[in-house]
Amino acid sequence: MEPLSWGAIFAGMFTQLTPVWVALIATFTLSIIYKRRLGLYGKLFDSTIGMIGFALVMFWVFVAIFGAMDMILTHDPLSQVSGMKNKVPGTALRGAEDGDYAYYLLGGDNLARDIFSRVMGGATIVILIAPLATLFAYMVGITLGLPAGYYGGHFDTALSFVANLVLAFPVILLFYLLVTPEIVNTGLPQYMAIVLFFFPLVFFAVLINTRLKEQPQKNMVWLCAALIPMAILYVVTINAPGTKIDLLGPLDFFNPASGILVVFVSVVFVNSPTVFRIVRGLTLDIKQRDYVAAAQTRGEGAWYIMLWEILPNARGPLIVDFCLRIGYTTILLGTLGFFGLGLPPESPDWGSTINEGRKLLSIYLHPALPPALALLSLVLGLNLLADGLREESLRD
Amino acid sequence: MGLFILRRLGVMILTAICLTFIVFFLTNLQPNLEKLAKTQGEMRMSDEQVERWLANRGYDQPLPIKYGEWLGVWPSKIIETDDGRTYGRCLETDVSIEDAPRFCGVIQGDWGFSTVFRDKVSSIIATRLSLTGKLMFWVMVLMIPSALLIGVLAGMREGSRTDRSLSTLSIATTATPEYVSGVIFIAIFAASASPLNQWLASMDWIEGRTLFKGTATSAMESANFNNFFLPVLTISLYGMGYIARMTRASMAEVMTAQYIRTARLKGVSFPNIVVKHALRNALIAPFTVIMLQIPWLLNGVVIVETLFNYKGFGWVLVQAAGNNDIELLLGVSVVSVIVVLITQLISDIGYVYLNPRISVS
Repeated sequence: MEPLSWGAIFAGMFTQLTPVWVALIATFTLSIIYKRRLGLYGKLFDSTIGMIGFALVMFWVFVAIFGAMDMILTHDPLSQVSGMKNKVPGTALRGAEDGDYAYYLLGGDNLARDIFSRVMGGATIVILIAPLATLFAYMVGITLGLPAGYYGGHFDTALSFVANLVLAFPVILLFYLLVTPEIVNTGLPQYMAIVLFFFPLVFFAVLINTRLKEQPQKNMVWLCAALIPMAILYVVTINAPGTKIDLLGPLDFFNPASGILVVFVSVVFVNSPTVFRIVRGLTLDIKQRDYVAAAQTRGEGAWYIMLWEILPNARGPLIVDFCLRIGYTTILLGTLGFFGLGLPPESPDWGSTINEGRKLLSIYLHPALPPALALLSLVLGLNLLADGLREESLRD
Repeated sequence: MGLFILRRLGVMILTAICLTFIVFFLTNLQPNLEKLAKTQGEMRMSDEQVERWLANRGYDQPLPIKYGEWLGVWPSKIIETDDGRTYGRCLETDVSIEDAPRFCGVIQGDWGFSTVFRDKVSSIIATRLSLTGKLMFWVMVLMIPSALLIGVLAGMREGSRTDRSLSTLSIATTATPEYVSGVIFIAIFAASASPLNQWLASMDWIEGRTLFKGTATSAMESANFNNFFLPVLTISLYGMGYIARMTRASMAEVMTAQYIRTARLKGVSFPNIVVKHALRNALIAPFTVIMLQIPWLLNGVVIVETLFNYKGFGWVLVQAAGNNDIELLLGVSVVSVIVVLITQLISDIGYVYLNPRISVS
């Protein structure tokens, strides 16, 4: 078969992405129709920049979802097809059988895998890890930053020192120290996971308990409903067979793929000091306000004031920073992949794919460029989204 | 002011000690030491041999003692190996055991010996740091003026079309990490397979097959536009957007100030207002940002030096970390921590000098 022309390649990709386009159009139509009733999210559709950013982000989110449901990928991102090594985009698949997609739309990489499927499959990994890791970093940063800013004193001094300590480390050196196989074998990342993953539990326990302290029965129900599933998840995530922490044995029903937990922990660890500093700064500012003084006069507890008076009023800057930080986490994940740390080398995440593609870059352009552009567009989308949100939240 | 600097210096030293101890701890974990023994000695050593190798080089001592030796506050141990040779931090070939100094740590100026490069850590870091210094100098030369220019142009008329397009441009550059922009630049300008280069070569407009070189290895001896521009551009682009956005925000704020309005009402021309009245006050905030950006540039340096194969400080960091070269890694982390903390200090002091409304105490 003849190789495809560039027009045909783009047409092929466009049809392959049909579910994504449908979902995107549906999201945008519904959101624009109901935008007046949707609060800050609805206001986003008043700003062009914000809409472009949102579209870019949602594009990759839908690619990740439908990619995981196997509706987009043309081939298996890990399988190698002989004769397809470094083939240019649009090359027909050699020895295609019935039911196989007949072309490598974006060509083959140096191990003869389909680049289009790898880039789209990589989206699933990135979209899964980056927002979740950012969320965890936020839990850690909020749980520590609120009391540090609110109480001040030695507690604040000590925590700020530790935060500055982590921030003074060059990120790449930290990754090299945490993510190498030798360190992973000592179980250190798992011990860090025990500490870092505990913060969401603390956060939700305090959040619910401060609100419903007056109604013990309701309090118990809510606490159980939130904490029991989280505690189970906590235990099974940290427990992994064949490592230092293997207490559950056969009860352990959830094990993230090798390397993912380590990468996740190190990304959370790098991000949380910055979040801590932001939350601490905001708390220092907001605790001077009158409504905080009013709550103090009413005799509310310190944690109630922090979580239900200060935190909601700090949400504007925090939401904007959250978007930016997902982008930054994506960049960090890519950096890890670029240095070949953490994730298994055949993993289709964008950083690893760029790293593999760059080695032959002067001869073959096509393996490195698609993942690079994918990462660029996602981070750009998140930045534009943050910019749009900032503009719209400042407007009133 | 003196007290402020003293206190900051104290915190700095404490931070450096804590950080080096963490690095020391992580690199001295047993699996890492075993890996070191196997890469330095022989791949197929038995466990016993590994242990003897480590003991002969003093790696089996307790961690605080080893750290004290490295720091130079604990006398270095002299070990006699089974085959009759002596080994110690302080021993050198031309000095007898009796004459050798007792303390040989960082405080005495002895940074140790790199197991990967088989050279003194201090001399490795000095040569590599000067190469990275050259890179950073050109990054600053390119990045700061263009970032300030973009920021001022965007901020002087907030909301105008220039502002919108320049702001989007700076967002785009902050969204492009070095390993993405570097790969794109190499693909466009430095790959012989790139359509641009093929076209230029077919028109005989360039010597050789590409417009720029994809590696900067030759730039270590003689840097020129051809082999050095792409790495410099790649690093500066990522930092540029952030500085430009800060400059824009600060410029936009200054332009709404009362004295600017007064100047406009008096009939001063717009370029005059921007250059003579607004610019000076608008550049206070970016100064801090530029200083705080330097530690971030260090990250970019590591990526770009790996990508362009420029053997500077960042490249050494990767080599040291990849091979668990303990003393080199410690040296690298000391230097980078000092860079980070000194830039913070300069930015604080500079901020006070530039802005008379703020005092340190």
